[in-house]
Amino acid sequence: MNKLIQIAVGMMGAAFTSGAYAAWETNLTKGVTDISHEVYDLHMLVLYVCIAIGVLVFGAMIYSMIYHRKSKGHKAATFHESTKAEIAWTIVPVFILVALAIPAAKALIKMEDSSNADLTILVTGYQWKWQYEYPEEGISFFSNLASDSREASARDSGIDPATVDNYLLEVDNPLVIPVGKKVRFLFTSNDVNHGWWVPDFAVKKDAIPGFINDMWANVNEPGIYRGQCAELCGKDHGFMPIVVIAKEESEYNEWVEQQLASAKETEAAANKTWDMASLMEQGEKVYTTSCVACHQAGGQGIPGVFPAITGSAIATGDVAGHLDTIMNGRPGTAMQAFAGQLNDADVAAVTTYQRNGLGNSVGDMVQPSDVKALR
Amino acid sequence: MKTQRNLLKLFMIPVLMFGFGYLMVPIYDVFCDLTGINGKTGSITVAEASQQKKVEERLIKVEFVSSVNELGPWEFKPDQFSMMVHPGQAYHATYTAKNLLDKDAISQSVPSVAPSKAAEHFNKTECFCFTEQAFKANEERTMPLTFIIDPDVPDDVDTVTLSYTLFTKSIKS
Amino acid sequence: MNAHVADTHEHHGPEKGLMRWITTTNHKDIGSLYLWFSLIMFLIGGVMALIIRAELFQPGLQFVDPQFFNSMTTMHALIMIFGALMPAFVGLANWMIPMMIGAPDMALPRMNNWSFWILPFAGTLLVATLFVEGGAPASGWTMYPPLVLQTGAAFPMLIFSVHLLGFSSIMGSINIIATIMNLRAPGMTYMKMPLFVWTWFITAYLLIATMPVLAGAVTMLLTDKYFATSFFDAAGGGDPVMFQHIFWFFGHPEVYILILPAFGIVSQIIPTFARKPLFGYSSMVYATASIAFLSFIVWAHHMFTVGMPVAAELFFMMATMLIAVPTGVKVFNWVSTMWRGSMTFETPMLFAIGFVMMFTIGGFSGLMMAMTPIDFQYHDTYFIVAHFHYVLVPGAIFSVMAAVYYWLPKWTGNMYDESLGKFHFWISTIFVNILFFPQHFVGLAGMPRRIPDYSVQFTDFNMISTVGAFGFGLSQLLFVYIIIKTVRGGEKATDQVWEGAEGLEWTLSSPPEYHTFTVQPDVK
Repeated sequence: MNKLIQIAVGMMGAAFTSGAYAAWETNLTKGVTDISHEVYDLHMLVLYVCIAIGVLVFGAMIYSMIYHRKSKGHKAATFHESTKAEIAWTIVPVFILVALAIPAAKALIKMEDSSNADLTILVTGYQWKWQYEYPEEGISFFSNLASDSREASARDSGIDPATVDNYLLEVDNPLVIPVGKKVRFLFTSNDVNHGWWVPDFAVKKDAIPGFINDMWANVNEPGIYRGQCAELCGKDHGFMPIVVIAKEESEYNEWVEQQLASAKETEAAANKTWDMASLMEQGEKVYTTSCVACHQAGGQGIPGVFPAITGSAIATGDVAGHLDTIMNGRPGTAMQAFAGQLNDADVAAVTTYQRNGLGNSVGDMVQPSDVKALR
Repeated sequence: MKTQRNLLKLFMIPVLMFGFGYLMVPIYDVFCDLTGINGKTGSITVAEASQQKKVEERLIKVEFVSSVNELGPWEFKPDQFSMMVHPGQAYHATYTAKNLLDKDAISQSVPSVAPSKAAEHFNKTECFCFTEQAFKANEERTMPLTFIIDPDVPDDVDTVTLSYTLFTKSIKS
Repeated sequence: MNAHVADTHEHHGPEKGLMRWITTTNHKDIGSLYLWFSLIMFLIGGVMALIIRAELFQPGLQFVDPQFFNSMTTMHALIMIFGALMPAFVGLANWMIPMMIGAPDMALPRMNNWSFWILPFAGTLLVATLFVEGGAPASGWTMYPPLVLQTGAAFPMLIFSVHLLGFSSIMGSINIIATIMNLRAPGMTYMKMPLFVWTWFITAYLLIATMPVLAGAVTMLLTDKYFATSFFDAAGGGDPVMFQHIFWFFGHPEVYILILPAFGIVSQIIPTFARKPLFGYSSMVYATASIAFLSFIVWAHHMFTVGMPVAAELFFMMATMLIAVPTGVKVFNWVSTMWRGSMTFETPMLFAIGFVMMFTIGGFSGLMMAMTPIDFQYHDTYFIVAHFHYVLVPGAIFSVMAAVYYWLPKWTGNMYDESLGKFHFWISTIFVNILFFPQHFVGLAGMPRRIPDYSVQFTDFNMISTVGAFGFGLSQLLFVYIIIKTVRGGEKATDQVWEGAEGLEWTLSSPPEYHTFTVQPDVK
């Protein structure tokens, strides 16, 4: 056993000196909103109260263990009750608790007041990604785990997670919000319960299918803030991070314009005819964000849980059936309907990729116009 | 004898508590109606609605959002993102749903309101919720709703979001 | 206290062979069966914990896939709670309650046999889910829908096994209540009962009141999945959050089911080794009862983030904080019992003191997370994991170990090896803190629970934690060795065993006769 400890300690030492892991964060973040500051102060207050009580109680225990031991010849006293003491240590804690509950209640009432919001964003949890919608602006997009994190996290990937920037905390499309504005988040889910959590905002709320919850944040400083799904939601619960970029209002407005413009571009892309190479290239991208979680990087799936793409009857069979499966899903299974989350070009590309990549070679192509015709 | 009666009583506790577990279902519903705990909305009749007094000096923003559960084969959107409404007056709004399949299908929509403290004051007199809606293949349909916000809605409510989630009930094969 | 000399004609020994254990109705045999079963499940659950910790040693996935990882966290919790801790406490109750109240056996000996023998079947069914298509349940031991409804072939096995475990606990509890109510020796009034008996009396009521609620909740899951009901399905007018309410209505009292007997054990051991009567006996009883009562009205603090009205959040926050009062009374009473005593530090005392200190640390973090606004930050992070492991491992499990060391000489007639026992305590304590203390830090720094892979800034503390886990896990092999060694022989124990021990069980021989107190003693 000693040997094992030696090995373990050796490994720890190696890890500490590597420098890549040089973060010894031990406390709650102060965050970047007035509410998160208040939450932090409450956390410190109750922590100090606990430490103070701990010092008293453990102090008494340790003193007694040192001085009231038989080996020191201490004779046992015979007292076994004291009404005064017992009343005191019932009443005093009540006062301490009341003193803690008052600021906590005040903070809570503030947190739950979502009135006077400047902007509403609908956050929808999916297995395993987030969708952000700005209903007023007409913007909607999905936010997936960045592909370099996903590649590195795979077993036997040979990639050291320490070499990946913001490992598991990076997404392809981050949420963008303006600073100094009260942003109201609405939460719901598409399938199972999820939990949207950004520690810097002190916002954590469950996303529940069929119901909406709300919470808000008013961010003081521009920056990039990261969080993760907090409610167990299945296999890739640990792989659906949240990234929020808070921008000055003018930059935020620019971003909104850009989003609207690129939506038009996507529409245009759907109208042109693509060649095989660009379909395959785009298809691979779509596959690594939307399909890889279940069907795996090589298309082999997980036997007994998620079917393989390689050699599958659907992906090598009739195009119409293949497209139908991708667009409308398979009700009653984990296969989602992607018609609502991928545009025409992406559906066409990923279908083509599945038919001609991942070990398949059917040879045919699907064009965005084919997909459009099915809508 | 006394021992046996006591034992019988003891055995009754788990039996009753098993029943209590099920009793929590209706209790929870009543509790939710009273507190708006899960965003369930209130409902009143048209006659009751006409009794309510319009509150001119208060304007509340009502937002409409939608989602399709498990990415079912539907397009489902509100036809307006928001409306400014006076409490005590009835308003109309519509959602549009489209069946994307070449097959007949049945959907069911479930409403939810945030913030929860407004839910019990958000009354619908006409609604497409909780009833199954049959759609023909590729059918698109406008679904109307009429709502009225209680005049006694809490003062700190200035925005109410109504969300509908569309669930696929069945698809004809 | 005075034991009548028992009539020796009535004493007959146990049957021989395997049938003795299958057909036994003897509380000592059944107590031993429970304890062995619990030890086996503790080791199985422990291996699962080590798989979890091995995977978390480094970022990236090294050993298991995420789905299997989720199965491990789920199964680890279910096995430790329902397979290891609860049977351990029932085993201790079986052994000790009749001997402590001067009863010849449990009140319902045949039902006692059934309540044990259901367990191996339930446990096997649960463990067998690992080998069915779709894998073991992976939705967390809390079984929240809709996620749990995605479980494969393991789903009905999970539900059925929870039902069986529930039946076993309910029967065991009714037996304990019936024994305490009907079989106390003459003169053993309620307020003279040893505290272990008192805490179990209250725990048994908690069990019969809450296990059926769990059974109801999982039955609803079953009908939702297979019989088209929609208790928890929004599409049919149900609500997934309602499951959480019903589950935690069971789940919070369950937390106290796992800790009240521990309070009882510690309240037996500390006076013995302080050579001083328990301080504030009656306030201990009242504190236990008030904790049990409060446990029924605080459940929603497990689910502050589901979205509740402010008034409900405030109510559950304050009710939860209130639990600190009776719990504090208990800790203060234990410290006062030690105060000006004449203490020695044999292994049971070490574990009991370790319990008081580390349980209190878990209590402090519990107070912190009772406060709703900060719980929004703590919820579902490793801070929570650290909290409940502090109250359950150096809390509840240490109390079971303390109890085993305390009563093992009485059960077997042999003294355990004191220096090995002390060594076991010290390595367990050191490693358990290396294991769980850093989890406070990663939790506060933002690491969610139930994830198989994490961002690199959490690496250092996770590595430390994993080292602690393997250290703690291996230390328990020493525990198994000590137990087996003691059962097989050793220095003979006196009847009194401990200098300061008081109570009816110490008036019996070590080991006690197969049937004890066939004539009840008079308690003066």
